[in-house]
Amino acid sequence: MNTAFAGNQTVIEILYLIASLLFILSLKWLSAPKTARHGVLAGEIGMVLAIGGTLLHHGIVDYKWIAIALVIGSGIGVPLGLVQMTAVPQRTALSHAFGAFCVTLVGTAEYYLRTPDVPRFMMSVLCMEVILASLTFTGSLMAAGKLQEVLPQRPITYKGQNFVNLSILAIAVAVAVYLVLNPGAKPLFPVMIIVPMIFGVLMIVPIGGADMPTVISLLNSYAGLSAAAMGFVLNSKLLIIAGALDGSSGFILSVIMSKAMNRSFTNVLFGAFGQVQAAAAAAKEEKTVRSATPDEAAGILGAANKVVVVPGYGMAVAQAQHKVRELYDSLTKRGVDVRFAIHPVAGRMPGHMNVLLAEADIPYDRLMEMDDINGDFPQTDVALVIGANDVTNPAARTDQSSPIYGMPILDVDKARTVMVIKRSMSPGFAGIDNPLYYMDKTLMLFGDAKSFVSGIVHQLSGNTH
Amino acid sequence: MNSGLIDGLFVFMLAGFIGFEVIKRVSPLLHTPLMSLTNALDAIAVVGAIVLVGEHKSQLSFILGVLAVIAATSNVVGGFLITDRMLRMFKSSRPTKP
Repeated sequence: MNTAFAGNQTVIEILYLIASLLFILSLKWLSAPKTARHGVLAGEIGMVLAIGGTLLHHGIVDYKWIAIALVIGSGIGVPLGLVQMTAVPQRTALSHAFGAFCVTLVGTAEYYLRTPDVPRFMMSVLCMEVILASLTFTGSLMAAGKLQEVLPQRPITYKGQNFVNLSILAIAVAVAVYLVLNPGAKPLFPVMIIVPMIFGVLMIVPIGGADMPTVISLLNSYAGLSAAAMGFVLNSKLLIIAGALDGSSGFILSVIMSKAMNRSFTNVLFGAFGQVQAAAAAAKEEKTVRSATPDEAAGILGAANKVVVVPGYGMAVAQAQHKVRELYDSLTKRGVDVRFAIHPVAGRMPGHMNVLLAEADIPYDRLMEMDDINGDFPQTDVALVIGANDVTNPAARTDQSSPIYGMPILDVDKARTVMVIKRSMSPGFAGIDNPLYYMDKTLMLFGDAKSFVSGIVHQLSGNTH
Repeated sequence: MNSGLIDGLFVFMLAGFIGFEVIKRVSPLLHTPLMSLTNALDAIAVVGAIVLVGEHKSQLSFILGVLAVIAATSNVVGGFLITDRMLRMFKSSRPTKP
């Protein structure tokens, strides 16, 4: 290596160092809405510096194809960046798949360039990279398919499912161990890609919609870890840092989500989701519910002082967030204090409800976290539940035999009046009956969330004139 | 070789801790943008792919590299774009309209 190359190398390393710093700042600034957009800018600058630095790499001879690939990638990226806010969960799953795809390809290319002289440690990391990335690739594609409703959202479970899945994973690990000991065994390498890909598909088969926030977080973590492993293979500290940041972010979100679902962390790590469904007990007896019309609901809401709205996935499905904003506006105009209670697992990914409500122009200081609002329900005149079910089920607090016993919930049953907008009396994802609906203070508002809220708004605005 | 590995482990450990401490403080309000931003940052894997394409050491590594650059770049561009779009939507209370 002559001095010009060595000098170049130093410049590249310094650019990577600055990029790493900017990436950390980017996440730091994301902690509060006020500075969050600086975070995006810092990340973008870091990315440009890193890519620019890489182009200085002395071994690069072919710039034409780099440019072509960058242009095509941007061409795919722009529409993916412009999707509707309701489609954000599936877009996120898809981007985990793309990230993992990239890591799988690079890992494969590096293996075939280096074989058979691959030191054992290097080969172990390479195997870990490829296994994690390929299972994340197909797993994320499956998750995206379920979220986009291309695939059935219903969880598919069968006896011995965990055993089958773990055996398949064990095969992949066994192949990896063999490859570490015999790095020259070229024909085995594709097996180590295909077997985890099968595992990725099977891992998501038993996942229902309500488990999606946990699963997306977990796949996020896997994608990050595989990128960090790739950093070890390429001896790139920048990649190790970015991968570690992404990995810990996904890990933290998985922990938060699994706590909010009352699942143990091992349960999450091994992908043993969907067990609650099987445990659903159905001791049905005749119980009466009280229902109300939009006019009656409008009358009660208009006379209230404090209203808390509890949105759930049903609101997203009905695309009701803009009508909810109109309701928020007309109640606020009458002097009613309206806030929103957001359960951590409401929706299909972490923070899903916040994004939808922010899109509808509801100020973020009206969006309350579960722990901050639960104490206020006893002083709340009306709790209005829109398309949420299990996260409001008081059985989670009181009924030890309930499959969701112990799951933290929003204490809407403590409000003076509860109103629930729901299509019908059919139970939620877990098939668990919700005693909230049979309470004396509960009014069921049967109908489509969007048209029902619209009816309430119409009635409220009619009364002001 | 071996010292590179140990260096890497140090970096991984420290970055993991920083990530843990920094991300713990991110408000649940912004968990969706957090995920799309870390996704964009994670696409820094593009640098590895760019080197594969640029060095053109074998036909296989070149083709895989091109596909990898495309996949990662779409994450970089799409990830930053949608994160910024989401964050622009988060507004504080406005004075009520007259």
